[in-house]
Amino acid sequence: MILGEGTEGALITELVFWVIALSTVVSAIAVVQIRDLFRASLFLIVTLLGVAGLFILLRAEFLAGVQLMVYVGAISVLIIFAILMTRDLEEGSTSHSFRIPVALVSLILMGVSIYAISNTEWNIIGSETLNPDQMNQAAHVFTNGIPTLAKLLLRDFVLAFEVVSVLLLAAVLGSLALVRGR
Amino acid sequence: MTLERFLIIGAILFAIGLYGALSKKHAIAVLMSLELMFNGVNVTAVALSRYTVPKALSENIENAASFLLTGQVFAVFIITVAAAEVALGLAIIIAIYRSRSTVLVTEAADMKK
Repeated sequence: MILGEGTEGALITELVFWVIALSTVVSAIAVVQIRDLFRASLFLIVTLLGVAGLFILLRAEFLAGVQLMVYVGAISVLIIFAILMTRDLEEGSTSHSFRIPVALVSLILMGVSIYAISNTEWNIIGSETLNPDQMNQAAHVFTNGIPTLAKLLLRDFVLAFEVVSVLLLAAVLGSLALVRGR
Repeated sequence: MTLERFLIIGAILFAIGLYGALSKKHAIAVLMSLELMFNGVNVTAVALSRYTVPKALSENIENAASFLLTGQVFAVFIITVAAAEVALGLAIIIAIYRSRSTVLVTEAADMKK
Protein backbone atom coordinates (compact mmCIF):
# COMPACT_ATOMS: atom_id res chain seq x y z
CA MET A 1 0.00 0.00 0.00
CA ILE A 2 1.29 3.42 -0.92
CA LEU A 3 0.90 6.08 1.71
CA GLY A 4 -1.48 8.98 1.21
CA GLU A 5 -3.29 7.23 -1.61
CA GLY A 6 -6.65 8.95 -1.53
CA THR A 7 -8.34 9.48 -4.85
CA GLU A 8 -5.32 8.23 -6.76
CA GLY A 9 -6.26 5.56 -9.26
CA ALA A 10 -9.78 6.94 -9.59
CA LEU A 11 -10.82 7.54 -13.18
CA ILE A 12 -11.21 11.30 -12.83
CA THR A 13 -7.72 11.67 -11.31
CA GLU A 14 -6.22 9.67 -14.14
CA LEU A 15 -8.05 11.82 -16.66
CA VAL A 16 -6.88 15.06 -15.01
CA PHE A 17 -3.31 13.74 -14.90
CA TRP A 18 -3.23 12.85 -18.59
CA VAL A 19 -4.80 16.16 -19.66
CA ILE A 20 -2.27 18.13 -17.61
CA ALA A 21 0.67 15.98 -18.71
CA LEU A 22 -0.23 16.19 -22.37
CA SER A 23 -0.79 19.95 -22.37
CA THR A 24 2.45 20.51 -20.43
CA VAL A 25 4.59 18.49 -22.82
CA VAL A 26 2.91 19.74 -26.00
CA SER A 27 3.23 23.40 -25.01
CA ALA A 28 6.84 22.81 -23.92
CA ILE A 29 7.55 21.54 -27.45
CA ALA A 30 5.74 24.60 -28.81
CA VAL A 31 8.01 26.87 -26.73
CA VAL A 32 11.10 25.59 -28.54
CA GLN A 33 9.48 25.17 -31.96
CA ILE A 34 7.41 28.31 -32.59
CA ARG A 35 9.32 31.03 -34.40
CA ASP A 36 7.31 33.96 -33.02
CA LEU A 37 8.90 34.62 -29.65
CA PHE A 38 5.82 36.28 -28.16
CA ARG A 39 3.64 33.25 -28.88
CA ALA A 40 6.37 30.99 -27.53
CA SER A 41 6.28 32.93 -24.25
CA LEU A 42 2.49 32.43 -24.07
CA PHE A 43 3.03 28.68 -24.47
CA LEU A 44 5.66 28.88 -21.73
CA ILE A 45 2.90 30.19 -19.44
CA VAL A 46 0.75 27.16 -20.34
CA THR A 47 3.66 24.88 -19.44
CA LEU A 48 4.18 26.62 -16.10
CA LEU A 49 0.45 26.30 -15.32
CA GLY A 50 0.65 22.60 -16.18
CA VAL A 51 3.58 22.15 -13.80
CA ALA A 52 1.53 23.87 -11.08
CA GLY A 53 -1.21 21.31 -11.76
CA LEU A 54 1.33 18.48 -11.45
CA PHE A 55 2.38 19.92 -8.07
CA ILE A 56 -1.24 19.78 -6.90
CA LEU A 57 -1.50 16.15 -8.06
CA LEU A 58 1.69 15.47 -6.05
CA ARG A 59 0.10 16.92 -2.87
CA ALA A 60 2.39 19.97 -2.92
CA GLU A 61 -0.28 22.68 -2.73
CA PHE A 62 2.08 25.29 -1.28
CA LEU A 63 4.50 24.79 -4.15
CA ALA A 64 1.65 25.08 -6.64
CA GLY A 65 0.80 28.46 -5.14
CA VAL A 66 4.44 29.54 -5.23
CA GLN A 67 4.66 28.39 -8.83
CA LEU A 68 1.58 30.42 -9.77
CA MET A 69 2.81 33.57 -8.02
CA VAL A 70 6.50 33.47 -8.94
CA TYR A 71 6.50 31.87 -12.39
CA VAL A 72 3.09 32.62 -13.89
CA GLY A 73 2.70 35.93 -12.10
CA ALA A 74 6.17 37.44 -12.13
CA ILE A 75 8.69 35.68 -14.37
CA SER A 76 6.40 35.39 -17.40
CA VAL A 77 5.49 39.08 -17.18
CA LEU A 78 9.20 39.92 -16.96
CA ILE A 79 9.95 37.77 -20.03
CA ILE A 80 7.10 39.29 -22.05
CA PHE A 81 8.30 42.79 -21.11
CA ALA A 82 11.81 41.97 -22.27
CA ILE A 83 10.51 40.49 -25.54
CA LEU A 84 8.46 43.61 -26.24
CA MET A 85 11.38 45.92 -25.37
CA THR A 86 13.77 44.16 -27.76
CA ARG A 87 11.27 43.48 -30.51
CA ASP A 88 12.23 45.81 -33.35
CA LEU A 89 14.82 43.73 -35.17
CA GLU A 90 12.34 40.89 -35.08
CA GLU A 91 13.55 37.81 -36.86
CA GLY A 92 11.93 35.33 -34.53
CA SER A 93 13.60 32.69 -32.43
CA THR A 94 15.63 30.86 -35.02
CA SER A 95 18.07 28.07 -34.35
CA HIS A 96 21.67 27.95 -35.44
CA SER A 97 23.32 25.21 -37.46
CA PHE A 98 23.93 22.96 -34.47
CA ARG A 99 20.22 22.11 -34.34
CA ILE A 100 20.33 18.49 -35.48
CA PRO A 101 23.20 17.25 -33.24
CA VAL A 102 21.71 19.11 -30.28
CA ALA A 103 18.33 17.47 -30.91
CA LEU A 104 20.07 14.08 -31.10
CA VAL A 105 21.90 14.68 -27.82
CA SER A 106 18.69 15.74 -26.06
CA LEU A 107 16.80 12.73 -27.44
CA ILE A 108 19.54 10.37 -26.28
CA LEU A 109 19.55 11.99 -22.83
CA MET A 110 15.77 11.64 -22.63
CA GLY A 111 15.87 8.02 -23.73
CA VAL A 112 18.60 7.11 -21.26
CA SER A 113 16.82 8.81 -18.36
CA ILE A 114 13.46 7.20 -19.19
CA TYR A 115 15.20 3.81 -19.43
CA ALA A 116 16.86 4.39 -16.06
CA ILE A 117 13.61 5.59 -14.48
CA SER A 118 11.59 2.60 -15.60
CA ASN A 119 14.27 0.05 -14.66
CA THR A 120 15.01 1.27 -11.13
CA GLU A 121 13.61 -0.42 -8.04
CA TRP A 122 12.16 2.57 -6.23
CA ASN A 123 11.90 2.44 -2.45
CA ILE A 124 8.26 3.56 -2.39
CA ILE A 125 6.86 5.02 0.82
CA GLY A 126 4.38 2.51 2.16
CA SER A 127 3.76 -0.30 4.60
CA GLU A 128 6.66 -2.37 3.21
CA THR A 129 9.33 0.26 3.74
CA LEU A 130 8.17 1.96 6.96
CA ASN A 131 7.13 0.59 10.32
CA PRO A 132 3.63 1.48 11.63
CA ASP A 133 4.95 4.27 13.85
CA GLN A 134 6.72 5.95 10.94
CA MET A 135 3.60 5.42 8.83
CA ASN A 136 1.56 7.39 11.36
CA GLN A 137 4.10 10.22 11.36
CA ALA A 138 4.17 10.24 7.58
CA ALA A 139 0.37 10.36 7.34
CA HIS A 140 0.43 13.31 9.73
CA VAL A 141 3.00 15.06 7.53
CA PHE A 142 0.87 14.52 4.46
CA THR A 143 -2.26 15.96 6.02
CA ASN A 144 -0.33 18.87 7.60
CA GLY A 145 1.95 19.68 4.69
CA ILE A 146 2.33 23.43 5.04
CA PRO A 147 3.16 23.67 8.81
CA THR A 148 5.73 20.90 8.36
CA LEU A 149 7.21 22.69 5.36
CA ALA A 150 7.42 25.90 7.39
CA LYS A 151 9.25 24.06 10.19
CA LEU A 152 11.68 22.57 7.68
CA LEU A 153 12.31 25.89 5.92
CA LEU A 154 12.76 27.99 9.04
CA ARG A 155 14.54 25.47 11.28
CA ASP A 156 16.44 22.76 9.43
CA PHE A 157 17.22 24.77 6.30
CA VAL A 158 17.34 28.22 7.87
CA LEU A 159 20.90 28.92 6.73
CA ALA A 160 20.05 28.20 3.09
CA PHE A 161 16.89 30.28 3.51
CA GLU A 162 18.84 33.34 4.65
CA VAL A 163 21.55 32.88 2.03
CA VAL A 164 18.90 32.68 -0.69
CA SER A 165 17.34 35.94 0.48
CA VAL A 166 20.75 37.64 0.27
CA LEU A 167 21.20 36.14 -3.21
CA LEU A 168 17.82 37.49 -4.32
CA LEU A 169 18.67 40.96 -3.00
CA ALA A 170 22.05 40.90 -4.77
CA ALA A 171 20.44 39.78 -8.04
CA VAL A 172 17.79 42.51 -7.92
CA LEU A 173 20.37 45.20 -7.09
CA GLY A 174 22.64 43.89 -9.85
CA SER A 175 19.90 43.93 -12.46
CA LEU A 176 18.91 47.47 -11.42
CA ALA A 177 22.53 48.60 -11.77
CA LEU A 178 22.74 46.93 -15.20
CA VAL A 179 19.65 48.48 -16.77
CA ARG A 180 19.99 51.93 -15.20
CA GLY A 181 20.60 54.57 -17.83
CA ARG A 182 23.72 56.62 -17.36
CA MET B 1 3.75 3.51 -12.31
CA THR B 2 2.52 6.47 -10.33
CA LEU B 3 6.01 7.68 -9.50
CA GLU B 4 7.54 6.80 -12.85
CA ARG B 5 5.16 8.84 -14.95
CA PHE B 6 5.92 12.03 -13.02
CA LEU B 7 9.65 11.35 -13.36
CA ILE B 8 9.23 10.74 -17.09
CA ILE B 9 7.43 14.07 -17.51
CA GLY B 10 10.31 15.72 -15.64
CA ALA B 11 12.83 14.05 -17.94
CA ILE B 12 10.89 15.09 -21.07
CA LEU B 13 10.68 18.71 -19.89
CA PHE B 14 14.39 18.70 -19.11
CA ALA B 15 15.30 17.29 -22.53
CA ILE B 16 13.10 19.78 -24.40
CA GLY B 17 14.62 22.62 -22.37
CA LEU B 18 18.13 21.34 -23.08
CA TYR B 19 17.40 21.26 -26.80
CA GLY B 20 16.07 24.81 -26.73
CA ALA B 21 18.86 26.19 -24.57
CA LEU B 22 21.58 24.76 -26.81
CA SER B 23 20.03 25.42 -30.21
CA LYS B 24 18.34 28.82 -29.99
CA LYS B 25 19.91 32.03 -31.27
CA HIS B 26 17.67 34.48 -29.44
CA ALA B 27 18.90 35.08 -25.86
CA ILE B 28 15.37 35.32 -24.43
CA ALA B 29 14.47 32.00 -26.06
CA VAL B 30 17.51 30.49 -24.30
CA LEU B 31 16.25 31.89 -20.98
CA MET B 32 12.78 30.43 -21.60
CA SER B 33 14.29 27.03 -22.33
CA LEU B 34 16.25 27.30 -19.06
CA GLU B 35 12.93 27.82 -17.29
CA LEU B 36 11.67 24.58 -18.86
CA MET B 37 14.73 22.74 -17.49
CA PHE B 38 14.19 24.20 -14.00
CA ASN B 39 10.57 23.04 -14.08
CA GLY B 40 11.55 19.52 -15.11
CA VAL B 41 13.94 19.33 -12.17
CA ASN B 42 11.28 20.67 -9.79
CA VAL B 43 8.72 18.08 -10.87
CA THR B 44 11.32 15.35 -10.39
CA ALA B 45 12.32 16.55 -6.91
CA VAL B 46 8.74 16.87 -5.66
CA ALA B 47 7.70 13.50 -7.13
CA LEU B 48 10.67 11.74 -5.54
CA SER B 49 9.98 13.25 -2.13
CA ARG B 50 6.29 12.39 -2.46
CA TYR B 51 6.75 8.71 -3.31
CA THR B 52 10.13 7.45 -2.15
CA VAL B 53 12.12 7.18 1.05
CA PRO B 54 15.92 6.74 1.18
CA LYS B 55 16.72 3.12 1.91
CA ALA B 56 19.46 3.85 4.44
CA LEU B 57 17.18 6.25 6.30
CA SER B 58 14.04 4.15 6.41
CA GLU B 59 15.39 1.88 9.17
CA ASN B 60 15.99 4.44 11.89
CA ILE B 61 14.31 7.77 11.45
CA GLU B 62 12.48 9.61 14.17
CA ASN B 63 11.31 12.66 12.25
CA ALA B 64 9.20 11.74 9.22
CA ALA B 65 9.01 15.33 8.03
CA SER B 66 12.71 15.49 7.31
CA PHE B 67 12.49 12.92 4.55
CA LEU B 68 8.94 13.45 3.31
CA LEU B 69 9.13 17.12 2.37
CA THR B 70 12.82 17.73 1.60
CA GLY B 71 12.12 17.68 -2.13
CA GLN B 72 9.58 20.45 -1.71
CA VAL B 73 12.12 22.54 0.21
CA PHE B 74 14.61 22.01 -2.63
CA ALA B 75 11.95 23.07 -5.14
CA VAL B 76 11.30 26.28 -3.17
CA PHE B 77 15.00 27.14 -3.32
CA ILE B 78 15.22 26.25 -7.02
CA ILE B 79 12.26 28.53 -7.80
CA THR B 80 13.88 31.39 -5.86
CA VAL B 81 17.22 30.99 -7.60
CA ALA B 82 15.43 30.77 -10.97
CA ALA B 83 13.64 34.03 -10.26
CA ALA B 84 16.94 35.74 -9.42
CA GLU B 85 18.53 34.26 -12.54
CA VAL B 86 15.75 35.47 -14.82
CA ALA B 87 15.85 39.01 -13.38
CA LEU B 88 19.62 39.19 -13.84
CA GLY B 89 19.57 37.49 -17.26
CA LEU B 90 16.95 39.81 -18.69
CA ALA B 91 18.83 42.83 -17.31
CA ILE B 92 22.00 41.65 -19.06
CA ILE B 93 20.09 41.02 -22.30
CA ILE B 94 18.59 44.51 -22.21
CA ALA B 95 22.00 46.05 -21.46
CA ILE B 96 23.51 44.20 -24.43
CA TYR B 97 20.59 45.27 -26.62
CA ARG B 98 21.18 48.90 -25.65
CA SER B 99 24.90 48.87 -26.32
CA ARG B 100 24.95 46.94 -29.61
CA SER B 101 21.25 46.55 -30.57
CA THR B 102 21.21 42.78 -30.89
CA VAL B 103 19.75 40.01 -28.78
CA LEU B 104 21.27 37.07 -30.65
CA VAL B 105 23.75 35.04 -28.64
CA THR B 106 25.76 34.36 -31.79
CA GLU B 107 26.35 38.09 -32.28
CA ALA B 108 27.37 38.71 -28.68
CA ALA B 109 29.89 35.90 -28.48
CA ASP B 110 32.82 38.12 -27.50
CA MET B 111 32.75 40.42 -24.49
CA LYS B 112 34.42 43.49 -26.01
CA LYS B 113 32.41 46.28 -27.61
